[in-house]
Amino acid sequence: MSEEFKQSILDALANPNLSGALGRFSEAYRVSRAKAYEGIDFEAVRSEIAAVKSSAAGQLDVLADKFKAAAEARGTKVFRTDSPKAVRDYILRLAQEHGVKSIVKSKSMASEEIHLNKHLEQAGIDVQETDLGEWIIQLAGQTPSHMVMPAIHMTKEEVADVFSENVEEGQQPDIPKLVKFARGKLRAKFLGADMGISGANIAVAETGSLVIITNEGNARLVTTLPKIHVAIVGLEKLIEHFGDITPILTALPRSATSQLLTSYVSIISGPVANTDGTPKELHIILMDNRRNEMARDPRFKQALQCIRCASCLNVCPVFRLVGGHVFGKVYTGGIGTILTAWFGALKESDEIQSLCIQCGNCKEMCPAKIDIPDLILELRRRLAVEQGQPLMQKAIFSVVNNRRMFHGIMRAASVGQIPFAKQGLIRHLPMFLSSMTEFRSLPAIAAVPFRDRIQKIKQPKCTEKAALFGGCLVDFAYPEVGEKVVEVLNKAGIEVIFPEGQTCCGAPARYSGAYEVAAQNGADNIKALLAEDVKYVVSACPTCTVALKQDFIANLEAVGRTGELPAARQLAEKVVDFSTLASMLVDAGRLKFKKGIEPTKFTYHDSCHYKRTLHAEQTPRKLMKLAGHELVEMQESDMCCGMGGSYTLKLPELSAPILERKLVNIEQAGAPLVLIDCPGCVMQIRGGLDKRGSKIQVEHTVQRLAECLE
Amino acid sequence: MSAIAESSEIIQSFIQRAEAVSAQVERFATKQNALESLVRLLHEEQVEDKPDSYAVWSASPMIGETERTQLEAAVPGLRFDVTRELAAAAKVGISQMDWALANTGTLVQCADAVDKRLVSTLPLLHVAVVSTAALLPDLPAVLRKIDPRKSSYLSFITGPSRTADIERVLTIGVHGPERLLIVLVDDLEAAA
Repeated sequence: MSEEFKQSILDALANPNLSGALGRFSEAYRVSRAKAYEGIDFEAVRSEIAAVKSSAAGQLDVLADKFKAAAEARGTKVFRTDSPKAVRDYILRLAQEHGVKSIVKSKSMASEEIHLNKHLEQAGIDVQETDLGEWIIQLAGQTPSHMVMPAIHMTKEEVADVFSENVEEGQQPDIPKLVKFARGKLRAKFLGADMGISGANIAVAETGSLVIITNEGNARLVTTLPKIHVAIVGLEKLIEHFGDITPILTALPRSATSQLLTSYVSIISGPVANTDGTPKELHIILMDNRRNEMARDPRFKQALQCIRCASCLNVCPVFRLVGGHVFGKVYTGGIGTILTAWFGALKESDEIQSLCIQCGNCKEMCPAKIDIPDLILELRRRLAVEQGQPLMQKAIFSVVNNRRMFHGIMRAASVGQIPFAKQGLIRHLPMFLSSMTEFRSLPAIAAVPFRDRIQKIKQPKCTEKAALFGGCLVDFAYPEVGEKVVEVLNKAGIEVIFPEGQTCCGAPARYSGAYEVAAQNGADNIKALLAEDVKYVVSACPTCTVALKQDFIANLEAVGRTGELPAARQLAEKVVDFSTLASMLVDAGRLKFKKGIEPTKFTYHDSCHYKRTLHAEQTPRKLMKLAGHELVEMQESDMCCGMGGSYTLKLPELSAPILERKLVNIEQAGAPLVLIDCPGCVMQIRGGLDKRGSKIQVEHTVQRLAECLE
Repeated sequence: MSAIAESSEIIQSFIQRAEAVSAQVERFATKQNALESLVRLLHEEQVEDKPDSYAVWSASPMIGETERTQLEAAVPGLRFDVTRELAAAAKVGISQMDWALANTGTLVQCADAVDKRLVSTLPLLHVAVVSTAALLPDLPAVLRKIDPRKSSYLSFITGPSRTADIERVLTIGVHGPERLLIVLVDDLEAAA
């Protein structure tokens, strides 16, 4: 990560408007969005959009031909090109042929993508953005920081200054007055413009129609007043049938701005008469710019389903801290990272992809069902392949795989006796507990790891057996969590074994894009865990559980080790997370709650993988309520705590403020106990609360559950 | 549910949704009542026969020769010969919409004729007249009625023009009207 990039993060974090306004917006957004979707089956709508757009992405050329034929039959001129330069040249030539001196534009991300304004201005043409946010940033000489609200990073004071400096002196920071001022100034531009340029939200192939959505009404003026209208449309906007606009018009306003419908939707299917009775010159430019190439990529084809609602920005714990400019100049946030890699170049995404903490919020909210975190991981993987793995990274993973050596180094570091020779390495170790992390206290590394402790536990001989997968944190930092798992399962008549050959689950390697290493981790674990015949393979870590259940398979597939897939699937069948297994045992009457437990208020933190990949978040809540405890939900219980595995080490600047917000929400819930199913989150949250001197207890669900059982 | 109960439910829903997005809604039993009320409104708005005070009314099925003559006589400054210049210098724009959608409070119009767009974009007040019988439940219902092969420019209008581009503060009236008055008329014929 370059110093320059780190600095841009620090600058953004230091900007109080970004952290304040964006943070409040992001909190309010979830509530207002949910309200806008009341009475709508979101899953059904997004499945429909995904189907419509996926089908379109599979036949972009066919649909482009169809669109062209339908639109041209009505007198529209359609120009299709792969090249951004050809788009710029076409528009400039058209403008020059018609003696165009001034252009008004409504919002078009495609035009930003090809830096159209600069090109036209260099030729002496006056180009005016008319969307208020776009106009502000145009005047300020900036780029949009958000796909829907381009100037969200600016305060009204800054806007007043921009207007005063660039348009007319003396503007006051009064929002209604600033809006009126813009109306007045831009009205003259609309009436005097020779050409209007717009984008489009949807292009319907069978009818040659463009669907354009705005709230301000500027697109209606841009497409009505000037005699020439040019629409720039990315090929991904194509859909086949007119009726298919319904799901998109249902989801886009709700997801983008929490509206049931935007103020204006215009459907333009052919040239209409101008105000002087002459026919309008309507030009539609269908722009490829690598979209077809994307459609042919089996992984990234999915990204063409995007309807540009920007909800992935609004719910992102990182975006709400740093805003859009850290991400780049055109497309920002999660989907922006992917689009930048394609419409720009893969290496342009090198730094911004590292901003993703893999919490999965965006995936859950995406109205086009795009697995954004997965695609960002795929970028990471391809970058790692392209750039080769740095030596240091290789060294680290060899340490992680050697469990005794890893434990030894961690233990030495934890007690402050780091051998000098290992110091450089240690700084890069995944999950390493270094002094860099000043914002929270860290657990001491256990002198005796769980793998040795379990040998000393006297267990009853049972016919049913479970293998415990420890993972780094249970094995080395929280062996007491592993002991409680054994205690609970023993009560249900299950004997727990700890296959010695188990190693790292491979998540750190996978999340660094090092798939070869991750696949080898998986192969080693599969061998170890299938060696003995057990009924369950249980883990008290959701990230490990996901690795065992899903990622082993995906990693082996990614590197072409298909021969090992049957064993990986056999293992996946047996894998279960602790709370889910405990709940099954309670249901089967094999675990019984003590009578007369003193009820304790508790709040529950949803770990990212636990909720959004395993979908098990209700299980521990239910178990604890059955035990007689009282749940008090915190605000944003499912927002990431900022741990994200090695993320907290790579980007402590971001991990700390994400944690800060979580801690405030926990404190405001007012319960003396936080329960969590992930030892990583336990480490982050317990460390953070301890640093604040809080009395709130943080426990893994198994620790509290064990006390409640007979 | 009886047809009458169902229709009154759809009207209630439309009014509620439209008001929720800052539109005003008035309902009249007859066209005559509606026109009388509009004349009063135009007087209140001080529509006059001078620049920046006109009212412009785009071609509407509800306005025949007789209505036009009467209205022109009643309100000096009310113009039916809509041009770009007149619309730009008008206080009020009036148009008749083809359909309305109950679940979003939306008005829908086939707006190929430019005067229909001029009166609903340029003046600060847009008065949209629509037949109560033209109320449809939702978007799919209107998509079954409109044919983009026959209409080159379809307009959907939901509330007045708005922005939240500065500090996310909702502000009404950016480039389009800052007021939208919807006039529901029970005895008007609905579009096909």
